[in-house]
Order: sequence, then structure tokens, then C-alpha cells
Amino acid sequence: MVENRPILNVITHLVLILGIVIVALPIWITFVAATHDAVRMTQAPIPMLPGTHFWENFTQTLFGSGLSGTETAPVWRMLLNSLAMAMMIALGKIAISLISAFAIVYFKFPFRMFFFWLIFVTLMLPVEVRILPTFEVVADLGMLNSYWGLSIPLIASATATFMFRQVFLTIPDEMLESARIDGAGPLRFFWDILIPLSRTNIAALFVILFIYGWNQYLWPLLITTDTDMTTIVMSIKQMLEAAEQSPQWNIIMMTALLAMLPPVFVVVAMQKLFVQGLTETDK
Amino acid sequence: MLKRVHFPSSLLPYLLVAPQILITLVFFIWPASQAVYQSFLIEDAFGLSTEFVWFENFELLIEDAQYLQSFGRTILFSAAVAVLSMGSALILAGFADRVVRGATTYRTLMIWPYAVAPVLAGALWVFMFNPTLGIFPFLLDMVGIDWNHYLNGTQAMTLVIFAAAWKQIAYNFLFYLAAMQSIPRSLIEAAAIDGAGPVRRFVDHIFPLISPTTFFLLVINAVYAFFDTFGIIHAVTQGGPANSTTILVYKVYNDGFVGLDLGGSAAQSVILMILVIAMTVVQFRFIERKVEY
Amino acid sequence: MASITLDNLVKAYGDTEVLHHVAGQIEDGEFIVIVGPSGCGKSTLLRMVAGLETVTAGQISIGDRVVNQLEPADRDIAMVFQNYALYPHMSVRENMAYGLKIRKISKDEIARRVEEAADILELRPYLDRKPRQLSGGQRQRVAMGRAIVRNPQVFLFDEPLSNLDAKLRVQMRLEIRKLQQRLGVTSIYVTHDQVEAMTLGDRLMVLNGGYVEQFGTPIELYDRPATTFVAGFIGSPAMNFLPATAAEGSVTLANGARIAGSGTAHGTVTLGLRPEHLLPDEGGPVRVRVELVEQLGANSLLHGQLEGTDTEMVVSMPGHMSAAADAVMAFTPTADSLHLFDPETGKRIAE
Repeated sequence: MVENRPILNVITHLVLILGIVIVALPIWITFVAATHDAVRMTQAPIPMLPGTHFWENFTQTLFGSGLSGTETAPVWRMLLNSLAMAMMIALGKIAISLISAFAIVYFKFPFRMFFFWLIFVTLMLPVEVRILPTFEVVADLGMLNSYWGLSIPLIASATATFMFRQVFLTIPDEMLESARIDGAGPLRFFWDILIPLSRTNIAALFVILFIYGWNQYLWPLLITTDTDMTTIVMSIKQMLEAAEQSPQWNIIMMTALLAMLPPVFVVVAMQKLFVQGLTETDK
Repeated sequence: MLKRVHFPSSLLPYLLVAPQILITLVFFIWPASQAVYQSFLIEDAFGLSTEFVWFENFELLIEDAQYLQSFGRTILFSAAVAVLSMGSALILAGFADRVVRGATTYRTLMIWPYAVAPVLAGALWVFMFNPTLGIFPFLLDMVGIDWNHYLNGTQAMTLVIFAAAWKQIAYNFLFYLAAMQSIPRSLIEAAAIDGAGPVRRFVDHIFPLISPTTFFLLVINAVYAFFDTFGIIHAVTQGGPANSTTILVYKVYNDGFVGLDLGGSAAQSVILMILVIAMTVVQFRFIERKVEY
Repeated sequence: MASITLDNLVKAYGDTEVLHHVAGQIEDGEFIVIVGPSGCGKSTLLRMVAGLETVTAGQISIGDRVVNQLEPADRDIAMVFQNYALYPHMSVRENMAYGLKIRKISKDEIARRVEEAADILELRPYLDRKPRQLSGGQRQRVAMGRAIVRNPQVFLFDEPLSNLDAKLRVQMRLEIRKLQQRLGVTSIYVTHDQVEAMTLGDRLMVLNGGYVEQFGTPIELYDRPATTFVAGFIGSPAMNFLPATAAEGSVTLANGARIAGSGTAHGTVTLGLRPEHLLPDEGGPVRVRVELVEQLGANSLLHGQLEGTDTEMVVSMPGHMSAAADAVMAFTPTADSLHLFDPETGKRIAE
């Protein structure tokens, strides 16, 4: 549209750039902190431009024995734990929700609606609301300090099921009729037709769930006492506490950077899918 | 709800829903009912005997000044985070909507805080505001403000509000931008021909037409502020100083796991449960009532 | 005075030029239709007049003012969009009043104008409804109402009838024409439908690929098309084009048949003959091998090929006529119905 007010365009870009600066500032500072040596990081004020110690800090953080004063596993080990947990949660949620949505939408069986509402109820029970009792259950089942304990209690929530249900409802009936004529039974239909048609949604959901899983904090905090099982997101808090005594901010910030990188990378790389998934899930 | 063309009943659907139902029962329904049950109990200090006391735990809570303060604090916190985060996102999305090319670039650069865990966000902000080393205390000192959120309750609250809002801007921005981009261009052009300038167009047309999104985000942001911010509090202030940043969800954790007051913590959980249910019902009600074109 | 002058207009997106030196003079009160196939640039041209697209080169004047630099709101124009662009959250009354409200016209005056427009368009019972409660035709009228109340110097229409069903389209077409005649406002109307163009316009501007093929009255375009494009675009069914040679006042077709005519053209030509200008005649020069006949009731369309060639032809005959497949029927062109075009440029050859 013709708008002979070029000043407005300038303001637009200025505001947006300001927004980006505000949004990116904490991450920039973290990055800068991760590139200096420990001594520099104890002098106020902290630097605003990167230093030269990036690789040094990187290797020391990744393979070192953890920060002094904390009880954490080596960082590479924690990254692995986080990865395992995030993948299990994401893939677990997707798998369970796919088959549940399939059953609810495509089968007429007794108690169908009862199951539907049961699943719906989980939307209203985030983990923070049931932490103590859930902890007890997990402990009773002997699942503390395990990958199973980290992931299973989190994979039954309803958002994924609802999204798949919505997707399945929009698939034309003729698909099923034509598959039946071709002789496909329910599982065949599910595997050969439904899943390929839902591919983009599965991918979008994967991004969201991976981030959800990776960023879990309260739950891993509660159920892991074994240092080998700590996740990297958990460890940040402990490192902050350790900073009271012997501040090694460069290591802490490098760890924070490493903790942030995988989810941020996944979001940016699959941005289009992610946005689509987000704006369609929460409806 | 059910497809017109569907399969008849058999063993298969039960097998398909079994995993989710099983996990739901074991890890959701059972613990939730346990929480409700425990909220009616008082255990003695050694955990040896339990007494069924009906609503006594709830009565104690309602009379507990600290609990009420925490409740009020949480509401304040929620409102501040929602207003700050949604307001900034609205402005940014409004400007991004005007950019013909490059809207996607700005979006890419804006969305990464979504991927950052709340506890990490807290860590980053506490680092920036560290009383001895942080860049902001340094700058604030130059204008005569002494920053130490370890001692000053209001400053601590301000810090967690900013950290929580910062993280949510990305999410709100995405939804607002999507809503604005779904408004037909010809509508805006018609308003321009009618004589409305950019500000007028935004106030008269764009903002009213994205009101469903605003309602939706209000609920989402409220739920976020109530529950997902545990990590931020834990990382930044641990509820302090002097409980000035203890919001409800943090109190549940603190009283339960650290203070070992199982009955009281369970009662708090139940109250939170009721709140979530109320908010979820509101959310679904509003989504049903979407404004039609 | 609200005449419109288009002076050598060029529109380019980056390096791609989409409108090439479009020029024309529109008189006050004229109803001009810009017509052409999809992608020919007609909407772009309209939007340039409206101020919704920038002008790369050339000038647009409304009345005495050059308006290139003016915002849409300052050009004193009103526009009816293809999808009506009504404000969904406002009532019909508020939709129509909006532009006046912004210009700070008094409440009484606004009410008066809105009621007047509502009367003309028969929208009285709907004034307090929202757009989603109206039918397509009603929404269309609200869009026009919004334009009328502004009393602008120019009306701009961007394919306003495309979203209506065929019957409604015919009805609304007439209403738009009557309205414009009554109000006497200079109007530019864009459409891809040549029937709409012929019935609505005082003059038509035919655009093709960003070029103005011809700018004249409907009858001018029908009787003396300037190019093969215009000849084939105006008139339905479309004109028949036959390769031929002209010499000494007569035209010889590819199969040797000779048609007498007047004129000084000679050399290879493209002969244009409208389907309705061929009269059945036992001894006529134009002989067609029949493929099939479409019966339309009022007339019949005969499809076939020029005898001895592969060239497809259509002949329109009045009333119910039938013919057997593979039969040959002979025709004579009516007087003055031969159109000769240059086979390479497509331009009309002067007679």
C-alpha cells in the first residue's frame, strides 16, 4: 500500500530491532560470559564483548569433572541424560497419543466417551499440582533415578491426543471407505494411510514436545538423587548456588549455553512447522 | 466426534487406548485423588499416626496470613507478567505485521526464548542482575539506584516478573502475529481509503478483530504464570527474600518437600487443582465462542 | 470536474515491467470498464489509481490534480472490493458511516447520508445487522453504500460481481449501471468478463499483458477491433480466424475459396469472420464440414472445419437448425463483416 510516510517505516524497523535486542540480550551476555576466563568474570562489570576463551571453556565444561562445589555429573553425561529424557517424552507422547486418538475417533466401543473425558481431565492436572503423590507412586514403583521415571509420568497428557483427534476428524471419510474396499483392516489403515497423512503434524508436535521434555525442571529435580542421572537443565540451579562460594561464571554460562542450544536449534531449524503446530495445538 | 465411517467394536480399540489410560490412571488420577485424600489428613511430626480431619487443613490455610499473602502475590505476579508480556508482544507483532518482506526474519529472531527453559531464563536474568557483577546493577548504580535483590523484596519480585515476561514474549508474539496476518489485506485497504491512518486502523480494526486471541492468551499466560514459573523462582530467589517471591506453586513444593507438611501441601495442591480446572474451563468456553467473520 | 488522466503509466516490480505505457483520458461522469484476461494488469492499474500501488513512471490525474504522491484517503475516491472488505465487527450502519466519521462530518449529516444511501440500495431493514448476517448480494450493496455516502469524485470497482452466482450477477450488473447513471460519478470498473464489460461500459479499455490493445466504445470494439486479441476477446462465441491471402479487393482462403470484398489490402492476412455474420447460402464461398451442432433454443452453434483444411470454425444460426455430421454447409459473409489482420503483428489492416 502506498503510504507516503517513510518515517513510519523507519520507526517500524527501529522498534522491531529494539525488540530483538531486548529479547536477545540475555543470551548475548551469556555467550560473552562463556568466552572469557574465570578471573575476568569476577571483575565488575562483566564484559559486553566476547573474549577468546570459547574453545577452552567449551572443552573444560563438556569434559571436565563438573563444577567444584556441586554434585553434578560431567556435562557431557548430563547432556546425554537430557537428550534421552527429551526424546523419550517426545516420542512416547506422540506414539501413545496417535493410537489413542485413532481409537477414539475411528472405533465405536463401550466406554468410548468415558475414556475421552478421562484423557481430557489430564489437561487440568499439570505436574506441579500433583507433585507429592506422583512422587510417591514413582518411588513405590521403584522408578526413581531412572530414565523411565523421568519420562513416563509426563507422557500421558492430552494436548497431543487432542491435536491428532482434530487432524483425524478432518480426513475425508472416503479415505477409509476406499481403504476398506481395498481390503485394509484397521491397523493397516492406520499405518499405511493415517500416519503418512499426519506427517507434518507429527513433526510439528515433535518440536514442541522435545522442547517441553528437554526443559523439564521440577520433576527431574524431585526424582533424581543420583548424580549420574542429573539433567543439564537441573544442574544450572546447583551451579548458581555454587557460585556463591567459588564463582566460575564462565563455566556456568557455558553450561547454560550448552543447555540452551539443542532446543533453540530445533526451534529455529523447524520454525515453520513449529509455528504451525503451535497455533493449531492450543485450539 | 466419531467419524461417520468407523470400525465396529472389538478388542483392538481397548488395546489402543490402554497405554494412555493406564498411565493416566497411575500417574494422574491416582496421585490427584491421593492429594485430595491427603488434604483431609494431618500427620504427626514422625509420620506415625494420621488423623482424618475433614476440612481443617483448608481452614488453616485460609486463616494463614502467609498463605493468603502468597495467593495475593501470585495474582499480582500473574497480572504483571501477562500485561508486560502480552503488551510487548502486541506492539512488536503490530509492527512486524507492517513489514512486507522480512516478517519471517523478525519472527525467527524473536522466537528463540520459547525454547529456553524457565529455570535457565531465571539463571540468565539473575546473572545480569547480580549485585556485584551484573551489568544492570552497574548501570543502575550510575543513576543512584542501589540494586540488591537478595535483600530487597520488591526488587526480587521485579526481577522474576521481568524474567518470566521475557520468556513468554515469544509465544504471545507468535500468536498475535498469526492472528494479524489472517486479517484480509483488503479490509485494511478499505479502512485506508476511508481515511484511517495507521494508528486509527490498529485501534478501530486490528485490535478488535484479534480479541479472540487476546482472550486466549490471557488464559494461557495466567496458567503459565501460575505453574510454569517454578523454575524461575527456584533459580533466582528461592522464594525469598523473606518470602517476598513465594508464589503458590513454589509454596506447595517448599511446604511439602522441604517443610514436610504433607497435609498442608496437599491442601494447597487441591486448591491449585481447582484453579487450573476453572481456568481450563474458561479457556475452552472462550475457544468455542470464537468471533465469526 | 472529475475527469481522470492516465499519462504514460508504467508499473514495474523490480526488473519486471507489468504495465507498459498505459494512457487514456476519461471524461467526467464516464463509466469506463477495464477488461482483460487474468494477469493482464487491470487490477494493478486500478490500484494505482486508488493509491494502493506505487507508480513507477507516468502520472495519474484526478480532476486537475496530479495524485501520484497522494494517500488513498486524500484522493477523494471510493472503492468497492471483490470480497467487499466490510468491517465484520461493525454493523451495516457503522460500516457506511466510518469514512465520514473520520472526516469529522457532523452526526446529522452522517445520518442523512447513510439513510439516503440505504434507501437507494434498499438496505433500510439491515442497517443494524452485522455483515455475517447478510447474503452475498446484500453485502455487495453495503460495499456500494459505503462508497456512495462519501460523495467521491471517482468510484473504483475491483471485480465486485465475481463472488456472486450467475443470476445475481446479471441483476446486480443492471443495478450498478442504473446507480452510476443516476449519481453521475466517474467510474472505473475492472472485470475479466467481456459480457459485463460490454453491457456496463461507456467505453472499454482492453488490456493484454500490460498493454492497452484498444480503448473505445463497445460497438467500436465489436465493429472495428484493433487487434486479433480484441477481436477474439469481444463477442461470444469468438470470432473465427482463417489464414488467407488478399489481392485486388478479394480474399482467398486456404482451400482456394474466394470471397469478394472491397479494399486495397494484399499479401498474406488473417481473415476474421464472426460466427453470427455467416448466412447459410447454397452457393456461398465459405464451406464448412460439420462436426456437431449445439442447440441453444434461440440459436444454434455449428462446429466444424473449413472444408479441405483443419481450421476449426463456429457458425451461429438463428432458431433450431440441425445438420448431419460430415455434411458440408455453405455460407456467405454478410456485408462489411470481413476483418483483415496482419498475421505477424495481429493489428488491423486498414481498408
